[in-house]
Amino acid sequence: MFELLAQTSLNAIYAASYISLVAVGLVLIFGVMGVINFAHGELFMAGSYVVVALYADRMVPFFVAVAAGLIFVGLLGLLMERALFRPLRDNPLGGLVASIGFLMVLQALAVLGFGVRMEHIPPVTQDVIRFADKISIPVARVYVIVTAFVMLSALWYFLKRTRFGWALRASAQDPEAAALQGISVTQTAMIAMFIGAGFAGMAGALTAPLISINPHMGHSVIITAFIVIIVGGVGSLEGAVLASVVYAFVHTFVTTFFDGVLADITGLALMLIVLIVKPTGLFGSADRA
Amino acid sequence: MRNFVIWVALAIALIVLPNLVSFSQQEVLVFLTINILVVASYRLLTLTGEWSLGHVVIMGVGAYASALVTKELGLWVPLGIIVGGLASALIALALSVPLFRMKGFYFLIGSFAAGEIIRLLWKRFRDPFGGAKGIKGIDPMPDFSIGIYQFDFFEPVSYFYFSAVVVALCLWILWRIEKSPVGLTFHAVHWQDKLAQASGVNLRRYRTMAFVIASGFAGIAGALLAHYIGTINPNSFDVEVMVFVLTWAIVGGTGTFYGPILGCVVLTILNEIVLRELGLEQTRPLIYGLILILSILFMPNGLESIVQKVTRRKDAK
Repeated sequence: MFELLAQTSLNAIYAASYISLVAVGLVLIFGVMGVINFAHGELFMAGSYVVVALYADRMVPFFVAVAAGLIFVGLLGLLMERALFRPLRDNPLGGLVASIGFLMVLQALAVLGFGVRMEHIPPVTQDVIRFADKISIPVARVYVIVTAFVMLSALWYFLKRTRFGWALRASAQDPEAAALQGISVTQTAMIAMFIGAGFAGMAGALTAPLISINPHMGHSVIITAFIVIIVGGVGSLEGAVLASVVYAFVHTFVTTFFDGVLADITGLALMLIVLIVKPTGLFGSADRA
Repeated sequence: MRNFVIWVALAIALIVLPNLVSFSQQEVLVFLTINILVVASYRLLTLTGEWSLGHVVIMGVGAYASALVTKELGLWVPLGIIVGGLASALIALALSVPLFRMKGFYFLIGSFAAGEIIRLLWKRFRDPFGGAKGIKGIDPMPDFSIGIYQFDFFEPVSYFYFSAVVVALCLWILWRIEKSPVGLTFHAVHWQDKLAQASGVNLRRYRTMAFVIASGFAGIAGALLAHYIGTINPNSFDVEVMVFVLTWAIVGGTGTFYGPILGCVVLTILNEIVLRELGLEQTRPLIYGLILILSILFMPNGLESIVQKVTRRKDAK
């Protein structure tokens, strides 16, 4: 029993690491732009396909492909900011609807470019770290955990310790006051979009060899991300990370001891309960970012 | 008198139309009538200012309910369709308790979550919902004759007539509701919620009412669909379908009763005639996505705003 609990916990930590990358990006975008990005799951998918195109098809080293995924999807984020969210700045529902349109475009492009079939990616490494007889973790998963930890720490440092980060948080709290201090709202929006989208892309790229990749994979990603940001409090980055851990543990344990569909239902029910009881989230205040 | 002539002309056009088109286009006409009911009922909900992402799943509730009561209990199909509508309305009433503690964005996400839970329940419980494969072999409408016309529901034309009558009746009821004091209160709840509340309007009760009525009609649409195609599964009512409904409503515009219907008709024609003829059906999501983006950017009030401009110009002359 102990082995099973320990093994499931390791799996949950892995899940928490990439979920938090996705959720933190979504929260950052909402915090600065006030828009819920429905296409976030498809940005994750785009990151995975960068790895398919570079690493699986063209033999580019894996971590170069992951970096390319971060940058490419970050640029997609900039495109969304410029083409969709900037013109619709005064219309939050419009931004949301436009991101739904963007989601469909990305999905269709993936189908046209790669086909609907599942992509197979050769494993990066077959190594496994063994703690005990029945407790082990593949090194590929360790890569995801370590990278997520490093990137989230870097983001935290950037937001709390650099002038850009201050500017970003200032315009999240009060765009008008920030603009009066000479902070460019457009510039901070672009930075937030690049980081938010890039993180989603990197999460997709990192996990690409470990999951099944198809053009419609973004659906479950965005549902997970919604659950996490609602449970964590829509505006809170720390809340998003904590909620990712909570959700990953609940989901992994229910999957292991019962089944996957029930785990999905549990996650959604958790979110509905939080929405009903405490709409500001378990860890968040009502403020944005 | 002039209106009467227009309605008679429209009715004749609808009777003649399916006989002029190909078999597959007749099928499209059936889907179009059903979709019109879906999008028109969706508009009733948006009147109160709430945008749901669960409407298509609610429609699925009607489809499942009607399919099950006719198949398992042997209920007469037209009664089954009414049961479908009632089931959707009841589920909506139950969902409204948690959902209307939220507003705006939270309601959007909450309705999405509630819909996904219902879909996952269909998937998980093979008995009675058939799991991921859904329900097959749903009873078709029984054939009948009204003297001058023999309804043979093996033919899409017959089903088109049947669904057109049902949908027209539903649209008329929806229209009456919107023009009634209740419907006007829906508008007030959206645009002047504080004033409405101060005037003694129970906002939550009216939001719930709109949600339940809209869901009931969506359920009827779902049941009509189920008895036509004969097989339904959880993926028939997934988010992609919801996005189509959202696109019809937004491209058409939700400011008027005819706006969403216009959007649905125009996009269906575009889809079936233009895309199919050009062999571009594969790119349908791409084109829908682009249309959604372009219309929200450049035509935020929908096609209806163009219609209004044209008619206003005419009146000015």
